[in-house]
Amino acid sequence: MELNARIPDGPIAEKWSRRRFEMKLVNPANKRKYDVIVVGTGLAGASAAATMGELGYRVHAFTFHDSARRAHSIAAQGGINAAKNYQGDGDSIRRLFQDTVKGGDFRSREANVHRLAELSVNIIDQAVAQGVPFAREYGGLLANRSFGGAQVSRTFYARGQTGQQLLLGAYQALERQVAAGTVHLHTRSELLDIVVVDGRARGIVTRDLVSGKIEAHVADAVVLATGGYSNAFFLSTNAKGCNVTATWRAYRRGAGFANPCFTQIHPTCIPLSGEYQSKLTLMSESLRNDGRIWVPKRAGDERPADAIPDAERDYYLERLYPSFGNLTPRDIASRRAKEMVDAGHGVGPLRNGVYLDFREVIRRVGRQTVSERYGNLFAMYEKITGEDPYARPMRIYPAPHYTMGGLWVDYDLMTTVPGLFAIGEANFSDHGANRLGASALMQGLADGYFIVPLTIGHYLADGPRGGLSPEDAPFRDAVSEVEGFQRRLLDVNGSRTVDSFHQELGRLLWDRCGMARSEEGLKEALERIPELREEFWRNVRVPGSADTLNQSLEKAGRVADFLEFGEIMCRDALTRDESCGAHYREEHTTEEGEARRDDERFAHAAVWEYRGEGVEPARHVEPLTFEEVALTQRSYK
Amino acid sequence: MKLTLHVWRQQGHGTAGTFETHEVPQVSPDMSFLDMLDLVNEEITANGGDPIAFEHDCREGICGSCGMVINGRPHGPRKLTTACQLHMRSFSDGDEIWVEPWRADSFPVLRDLVVDRAPLDRIIEAGGYISVRTGSAPEANAIAVPKPDADRAFEAAACIGCGACVAACPNASAMLFTAAKAAHLSFLPQGQAERYERALGMVAAHDEHGFGNCTNHGACQEACPKGISVRYIARLNRDLLRATLTGVGMDDGPTDA
Repeated sequence: MELNARIPDGPIAEKWSRRRFEMKLVNPANKRKYDVIVVGTGLAGASAAATMGELGYRVHAFTFHDSARRAHSIAAQGGINAAKNYQGDGDSIRRLFQDTVKGGDFRSREANVHRLAELSVNIIDQAVAQGVPFAREYGGLLANRSFGGAQVSRTFYARGQTGQQLLLGAYQALERQVAAGTVHLHTRSELLDIVVVDGRARGIVTRDLVSGKIEAHVADAVVLATGGYSNAFFLSTNAKGCNVTATWRAYRRGAGFANPCFTQIHPTCIPLSGEYQSKLTLMSESLRNDGRIWVPKRAGDERPADAIPDAERDYYLERLYPSFGNLTPRDIASRRAKEMVDAGHGVGPLRNGVYLDFREVIRRVGRQTVSERYGNLFAMYEKITGEDPYARPMRIYPAPHYTMGGLWVDYDLMTTVPGLFAIGEANFSDHGANRLGASALMQGLADGYFIVPLTIGHYLADGPRGGLSPEDAPFRDAVSEVEGFQRRLLDVNGSRTVDSFHQELGRLLWDRCGMARSEEGLKEALERIPELREEFWRNVRVPGSADTLNQSLEKAGRVADFLEFGEIMCRDALTRDESCGAHYREEHTTEEGEARRDDERFAHAAVWEYRGEGVEPARHVEPLTFEEVALTQRSYK
Repeated sequence: MKLTLHVWRQQGHGTAGTFETHEVPQVSPDMSFLDMLDLVNEEITANGGDPIAFEHDCREGICGSCGMVINGRPHGPRKLTTACQLHMRSFSDGDEIWVEPWRADSFPVLRDLVVDRAPLDRIIEAGGYISVRTGSAPEANAIAVPKPDADRAFEAAACIGCGACVAACPNASAMLFTAAKAAHLSFLPQGQAERYERALGMVAAHDEHGFGNCTNHGACQEACPKGISVRYIARLNRDLLRATLTGVGMDDGPTDA
């Protein structure tokens, strides 16, 4: 597997302009002769499909939801970063670039990150022009707030519903192209395989979720914008439908999968309230702008929060990290919360949380202002827990949230399979080993609005065009394979439900490949996962039939893929014998309990290559060099 | 607590449906409504039956996927709460709960509690956007938007497209949905250029897809989990009136109301 990032030459601040100038273009009159498939209609997918439609390509967009607006980007809460420096507090493209490289613990590609910082400003312009109702100051200009890992206020937001509003902007732009006839949108259509012909991605196979029909779709290039795989843990902040199937199938068809063990645990989510719980709810990082995190100093202290005086509270993030305090990046904040709860300082009925307290900010700016900043989040918390965060501190605990790992892509966002592109959370690129808050929205839209619509032109200008039909052998064979897979799932007819397998896998991964990992634990997981997978194929019960709406069958296919993917996640965690960002190996920590990197041996992206069913995958590396930002031990003290 | 559920089962559009009864013995008050339905489905699956199909995704009240009529109310008994946010502490031991899909001509049933809401997307396609090509936008702070307008736009933009308004309305009108989007965009300077074409286009699409007329019942506002107000319908009606009387937004009309 050849890993050529194809980074343009020249000074870092000029690489993207240089690429835009040097890349091949497709003549405007010729664009309508090309078919492009986009899978997934979240921020990255909807913006890419809309933009390519505007440019004149024939776009075929697919979502397994009933509408493009249901993508999980809709749930992102806190904000989107951009280097506008409206606050005049010292921000710049260079600083955003630096904060992101450092925040990623020096495991990302500098050139990609710099481009992201450059494009961040264009995203805000586009969103405002579309009517995204960002928060404003009284003079009518855009407001900002701070997010973790930054000492400037560069985050643009729409209360606690920024993802929703940005997605609606992209969705509306997409629907405009649907009306214009440039985008054909297939709803309730789930990708189940990718078709590679003569070494190039030439189409996909989908299942119609209403009729059950398996169909092939032909194109000249394929873009995957299918999100992340946090649901491998079963309990995560992701929506129930989120899954790894598209990127996993791409991997099986030859696309390298990079850094699968880089999974982000978000520090502030509502703690578990019972065994039956189906997902964990995120409480935006923006709350850490104003909330103070604490636990009782005395382990096992069962007094209600307002009975514990300040002197008996441990505001541990403020204590350990004076300059970043409660805005310490996610990986660090999550580990400290776990440490506190493991040491017996946990709060709540199950003693499984820490406090996020708004008492002081409410006193300082008043309830009305706090409500304007976070209104919907407070309401959401109250609905779920029955507790009023205006009167008592919120209880929070870390939960799986985002995945920095994903399909390896070059500077043009193309995978190792020519013609197969990956954008948004589905790719591995810009966040390294830890993503900063408010940068996922930034990356999805940078990839979708401004990068892939151009870079895909470079590929198409020289690439294939047409000449294939769904009746051709590669497509018919792929369709048969998928139909066979569906039948196998239904034929097992065992006694355990799909969810019970998913829960068991999730618990195993959380325990052995979650916030803290060890060689012993990972090896145990690597033994257990194949056993669980074998039991799945022997004993799963999938009711109903294939030729109809069947939610159990949908889930079963996704869980079958998670049962394979989980193994590569653990293998990656085991072979990366260092700690970095969100990947924390107990064997490699500093004296203060922070991640200890081994830059000599591991300053690279680990890219896995599929070698066949039951065969160990091959591990390749893309070495990462840091010329612009000096390699340092991350400190947020 | 112990509850009795009567859930609507239907194979598809055009086939007869019926209520199916399930006793649910061990419901924790901290469970969400959908967690409870999951439990019922696990049991049905273990007993070899066909689980109840229902739409859901985020389970935190923002995606708009979930939607069921619970004891006659879209999304259930709690105001400003979606079905997925509804927790069982809103019910009591021994309660009987009737669970049905959204019922409207424009929303044919696909299976059990899953309906086809594609017509809502058709309404958006008919003008629920601002036409701006990627890359052509001016500098973000070039247009000042007075804070009250920005706040009002946000309130209207908070619609999640779930369709509860349609389910609640005796006429199965989607005017609240349509008006919310029209209002969001018309509160903003960016939305002015297409304001009247938008109003005309979206309402025409609304009518074309079989939604009923608005006759001021207000049931939509009551059912809306996001607190969208009927005053947006009044605002849309004013824009339609202006367009009709002056011709603005029509092919041969003036450019200005």
